[in-house]
Amino acid sequence: MPVTTLAQFSIERVEVMDHQGNVDESLMPDLSEEQIRHLYEMMVLTRQFDDRMLKLQRQGRLGTFARVMGQEAAHIGTTYALEKGKDWLIPAFRETGAFILWGTPLEDILAVNAGDERGQKIGEGVRVLPVSIPIATHLLHATGIAWAMKQKGEDAVALTVFGDGATSEGDFSEAMNFGGVFKLPVIFLCQNNQWAISVPYHKQTAATTVAQKAIAYGMPGVQVDGNDIFAVYRVAKEAADRARSGGGPTLIEAHTYRLSDHTTSDDARRYRTAEDLDPWLEKDPIPRLARYMEKQGMLDEDGVVQVREQATQKVADAVKAFEELEPADPERIFDNVFAERTPNLEEQLRWLKFRTGEGR
Amino acid sequence: MARLNMVQAIDQALQQEMERDDTVIVLGEDVGKDGGVFRVTEGLVERFGENRVIDTPLAESAILGFSIGAAIAGFRPVAEMQFSGFSYPAFDQMVSHAGRMRKRSQGTWTVPLVMRTPYGGGIRALEHHSESMEAIWAHIPGIKTVIPSDPYDAKGLLIAAIRDPDPVVFYEPKRVYRAIKMEVPEESYEIPLGKAQVVREGSDATLIAWGAQVRTCKAAAEQMSAEKRGEVEVVDVRTLNPFDRETVIGSVRKTGRAVVVSEEPPTVSFTSEIMAQIMEHAILKLEAPARRVTGFDTPTPLAKLEDWFLPDVDLVIRETLKTLEF
Repeated sequence: MPVTTLAQFSIERVEVMDHQGNVDESLMPDLSEEQIRHLYEMMVLTRQFDDRMLKLQRQGRLGTFARVMGQEAAHIGTTYALEKGKDWLIPAFRETGAFILWGTPLEDILAVNAGDERGQKIGEGVRVLPVSIPIATHLLHATGIAWAMKQKGEDAVALTVFGDGATSEGDFSEAMNFGGVFKLPVIFLCQNNQWAISVPYHKQTAATTVAQKAIAYGMPGVQVDGNDIFAVYRVAKEAADRARSGGGPTLIEAHTYRLSDHTTSDDARRYRTAEDLDPWLEKDPIPRLARYMEKQGMLDEDGVVQVREQATQKVADAVKAFEELEPADPERIFDNVFAERTPNLEEQLRWLKFRTGEGR
Repeated sequence: MARLNMVQAIDQALQQEMERDDTVIVLGEDVGKDGGVFRVTEGLVERFGENRVIDTPLAESAILGFSIGAAIAGFRPVAEMQFSGFSYPAFDQMVSHAGRMRKRSQGTWTVPLVMRTPYGGGIRALEHHSESMEAIWAHIPGIKTVIPSDPYDAKGLLIAAIRDPDPVVFYEPKRVYRAIKMEVPEESYEIPLGKAQVVREGSDATLIAWGAQVRTCKAAAEQMSAEKRGEVEVVDVRTLNPFDRETVIGSVRKTGRAVVVSEEPPTVSFTSEIMAQIMEHAILKLEAPARRVTGFDTPTPLAKLEDWFLPDVDLVIRETLKTLEF
């Protein structure tokens, strides 16, 4: 009666570019200079937008929102590996850069974060779900969407994004299991920013990596340097190719760090020290890509300024458009509840009209 | 016309809708080869294959969450929760997503799914297999809640639910599953959601019920009539939300007396909503205070004591007589 080893597993971490912007050419994904420049511009725009949103929030012009600072490479690099219009993005709430990459107007993002439902409209032909706030619940939607793509014979992929805290939820487990059992074309992207509000990674799970959780569900799992946009793109592209060719799901752990507070309603200094934060400031994904581009002669000091100024202008235009928005008609409350208003909603609309003055 | 029980009527509705529309899929625990623990989905997998009749892993939140995704991407999932008592992990998906996706995407993404589940007592089942918690679903904005009382309605309401563009909770009174057979047309037909039905006409009082309790109320009304103690109208609510006030409260306004009957724990039950509707829209027509016959605010008792919990004909008659004699 011998004891036998039934299976052995290992977990890999992928890094392509170091902090100085040097890359391992053997791992460098196939990206043109134009594409790299586009990625850089998207990250800078996302950062500028995030900064501006914070100012607007502090001025009382936006409500509570979740900043994305430090995580731009993790979600932009992944989303860039997909095909807009064909593939699906099922986000949580810390993926602003992915929305921007796929063309969501900045003024719509501002509107949503100011509590204006009109900003929630989905762009024509874009397969993106709205921001989903209840943790890990949307991962299940990705499995259903991925199943639908497979059933229809479309070679589309569903990318769903969540944080390290989400991996503690039952829905994470259920979604991973459905993905594995039905061999679905879905990419589970964990932006492991190491903090679920105030709870650090080691209090969230006893697992050394998030990536290893894939093993239990019968799918590949990989950890990637989430602040290295080339590494992120590379593993996402591999996962997407595998999904398209019938190889099923992948769990990607983008190892990154939340440089900001959880949301604008939080103060991370209550639970996080400078010793914890400071090393990650140096790992910022944006200057890292800039250093690579400078070394390759794709970018110089003027170029950096130019990209930043273009982003500033785009953000300024969006803020202007957002502020010119007429107040929403209160009757919208009753729109899009059902395909057709039910009698109780019609009646409640009459109460509303009394308050707006129309029904007097 | 074939005489079918409710299980057969629902199965037929599923067969016909799957035949008519390739996007209709059935999923849940044991719905495939086993045909469901009550055999409601019998024969589906043989006819439509494992891609459209899906035995899922044992995970209720996932069954519904997956269905939401499939619905967004163009399918019409009919998800089975094996017993309503096990559906609560899916509550989060219903309240947090199914009922809001149309709103949250400003009309771009819609969720035309049906969540079918057997509910209610009277079959001597285990704990968690007998409860009647329909009010928690009826409370959710953006969701319709439908409960058929007989095989004919079950077929027509389910077909309407599958074709509805929004999420529908379809509660099946398991006590009725095999209790009665009635003529059910072979051809497909819809019974519109949001429409109650007067199932017995009367002028002296109105009994309001849904699901298995419609039969209790009809029996009570027949007995009262036979004993010449009054002619009682019975209204089958059929759709809890959206509620058909015109028919239900219209009957109360006509008879001036009402007894609301369900097997729910009464506090914040759907009977509470109907009592409120009577208060708002019929009070000046009432000849007596409206009354309720319900379960108790206790966990549904295990099999040996469940009959004491469930409304019965004698209790319904007694409460109806109280309103008549007020």
